[in-house]
Amino acid sequence: MLRFIFWRLIQAIPVIFVVITATFFLVRSAPGGPFDSEKAVLPEVKRALEAQYKLDLPLHEQYFAYLSDLSNGDLGPSFKYPGRSVNEILGSGLPVTAELGLYALSFALLIGVLAGVFAALKPNTRQDYIPMGLAMIGICMPSFLLGPLLVLVFGIYLDWLPIAGWGDLPGDKILPSITLGSAYAAYIARLSRAGMLEILSQDYIRTARAKGLPEWRVVTQHALRGGLIPVIAFLGPAFAGLLAGSFVVETIFQIPGLGRFYVQAAFNRDYTMILGTTVFLSTLIVFFNLISDVIAAWLNPRLRAQFKGAA
Amino acid sequence: MSLLNVNNLSVSFVTRNGTTNAVQSVSFTVEPNSITAIIGESGSGKSVSCYALLGLIPQPPGRIDSGSAEFEGRDLLQLSERELRGIRGSDIAMIFQDPMTCLNPYMRIGEQLIEPLLVHGVADKETATARATALLDEVGIRNPESAMNAYPFEFSGGMRQRVMIAMALITEPKLLIADEPTTALDVTIQAQILQLIKSLQDKRDIGVLFISHDLAVVSDIADQIVVMEKGHVVEQGAPTDIFSNAQHPYTQKLLAAIPSGEPPEADGSRAPLITATNLKTYFTSENSDEPVKAVDDVSLTINRGEVLGLVGESGSGKSTFGRSILRLTPITAGSVEFDGLNVGELDKGSLKTLRRRMQMIFQDPYASLNPRMTVYDTLAEPLLLHKIVDRAGLDSAIKSLMDNVGLSRAFAKKYPHEFSGGQRQRIAIGRALATKPEFIVADEPVSALDVTIQAQILDLLKDLKDEYGLTMLFQSSASLSCGRCSQRSKSMSQTACWASIRIL
Repeated sequence: MLRFIFWRLIQAIPVIFVVITATFFLVRSAPGGPFDSEKAVLPEVKRALEAQYKLDLPLHEQYFAYLSDLSNGDLGPSFKYPGRSVNEILGSGLPVTAELGLYALSFALLIGVLAGVFAALKPNTRQDYIPMGLAMIGICMPSFLLGPLLVLVFGIYLDWLPIAGWGDLPGDKILPSITLGSAYAAYIARLSRAGMLEILSQDYIRTARAKGLPEWRVVTQHALRGGLIPVIAFLGPAFAGLLAGSFVVETIFQIPGLGRFYVQAAFNRDYTMILGTTVFLSTLIVFFNLISDVIAAWLNPRLRAQFKGAA
Repeated sequence: MSLLNVNNLSVSFVTRNGTTNAVQSVSFTVEPNSITAIIGESGSGKSVSCYALLGLIPQPPGRIDSGSAEFEGRDLLQLSERELRGIRGSDIAMIFQDPMTCLNPYMRIGEQLIEPLLVHGVADKETATARATALLDEVGIRNPESAMNAYPFEFSGGMRQRVMIAMALITEPKLLIADEPTTALDVTIQAQILQLIKSLQDKRDIGVLFISHDLAVVSDIADQIVVMEKGHVVEQGAPTDIFSNAQHPYTQKLLAAIPSGEPPEADGSRAPLITATNLKTYFTSENSDEPVKAVDDVSLTINRGEVLGLVGESGSGKSTFGRSILRLTPITAGSVEFDGLNVGELDKGSLKTLRRRMQMIFQDPYASLNPRMTVYDTLAEPLLLHKIVDRAGLDSAIKSLMDNVGLSRAFAKKYPHEFSGGQRQRIAIGRALATKPEFIVADEPVSALDVTIQAQILDLLKDLKDEYGLTMLFQSSASLSCGRCSQRSKSMSQTACWASIRIL
């Protein structure tokens, strides 16, 4: 088991390295630079700025300088927020985005698994079509449409929940979490439906019924363990996707998270900020994929035994 | 008074394509402390009638049209789902056909074993665990304590079936329904499981309803035999009556299909076609440095025009041996000679020529045919590949092949899924014969088929052998089907040929 995790981590290093390299050269090849603006800047000032941020060096020297800083855990200074380092900005935005992602994922799991299992119990009936139809809508509905809709209904017409903010008013975390999580809830619903349908047709489910188990016990004790493995394998990528994709929701609800910095950084040509966020998110994606793979494998007794043998 | 009295039971399945009457007016009884066996081919309605008793057929599409099933003064068919649940797994328990898929792979054996006791509120967890451990011991599981904590994948098919039996008996049921409990097992394991069921039934005075397609299997243990065909009971009686005085033609057909041990005459004065000398085929194992010795030092000769039967359990290496002879699997050591040619040392070109002369028929006619090719394409491929005929002669060559293996010419444009298992095996045999081979390896060609179909396929092979002058290596785990068409048999056990039996 440990060996498996170790190898997966080793494999992740070149992946992240390629991401860094590609991003580094891509952002620099885009037209414009961090210190171009509508206002005319004196050439001397601009040169001085570029010298301070090492932008006057040849590209490959910049690259190696960045790598060597990175290996010390330093993501560099932000070009657009003078005096703040990328580390600081990420550090202030991450907790908010992580919390939002966690709530959204919990919401997605709860709704998705319930709907999927419910649908799988009576396939091709109304009990199946209605939740799955809703799931399809959930997948198709972009969050920049769903968010304002929810705000309109629950925030303005019904006046139940705050329309924006994060941690300022009671209940202001509910609407952003639902907005962000609903697309994932829909995916999870479809995954759990497919997984449960497959397991429920297995012979050992018939055995369980022949033992006289009530249907809810057949489902919870016998079917869920196998049926939800695909869902668990999906959780890692889903959480990483939630973190990376939260910027729309953060913008709609005025949440001071990571996503907004990311988008602004791209507009501002804030090279270090773009790179820092990308490196950080890609590391998270690799890490969460690994975790969910390990858990999914662990749930299969056969694979678990192999791990024990190998470790 | 009977333990179970099924009267006039009819079950149908309503689908978009119409209504299928799976079971029609079926009546039978199970006496206390006795075994009633229901015999019939797949599709005869024997399983459906038993599942219907316990409400285990999905409704819809299933529908119980009429009948009653009296068990301890109550009509099972009139009970609510809740009441039935109280009976399932407590008073009436079931074991199923395929032990490999009937245990939950994600749950420990012990967890699954004690479940019926807990669900029916018979015992608390501690008592249940103790009883389960004792029962595992009784059904012949070694180290029952550690087995309780094991997962199903750690056990073989036979062991899992023992676990299933323990699971069924744990609540001390009065009636045990066993649905083909030995069909998926090797022949030696089969006998052990039958013995186990019989002895447990004796000891506990329970009634057993035993479903099987194999008359030979139940003949020793049943007290009463019910023969079903196409949803009807065609005959029932004590085994001695059935065997000595079968009235219905279908029963007679089933009896005739039991392979007899009478082999055809052997002719000893023939030249050897295949000579295997000290053949070894090893596989590298992922888990250990020791190779898996699938075939270990086997020597044998097959004479021209002879059918050699190779008997052994699954895992004994007989399939690997057959594949090694055809060089479908690389040989580790030793040599195989075919008509004076050393098969192991041939280059690609000569091997292709040789493959034309040696063909293989596989066990599973469902898996060994390409589902996207019609019968015509399947048969045409080897004919064209080996340039047996040109395009102009293709039609007539395929037609005569289909005639020879007993397939109607009208089937040429159909796909494999449109055929039954027996017909598919005929297609597979036709494909093997297309190149007019001299030697055929038949790897368990009938073990996936119903017993009457088995007899037809064996007879077909025998006829074709005479017609084409074939030499055959016939591999089987059931020595009787081997005996029906082979002149000599060899047993293969633990990967080595240890005996050569001449059945003459």
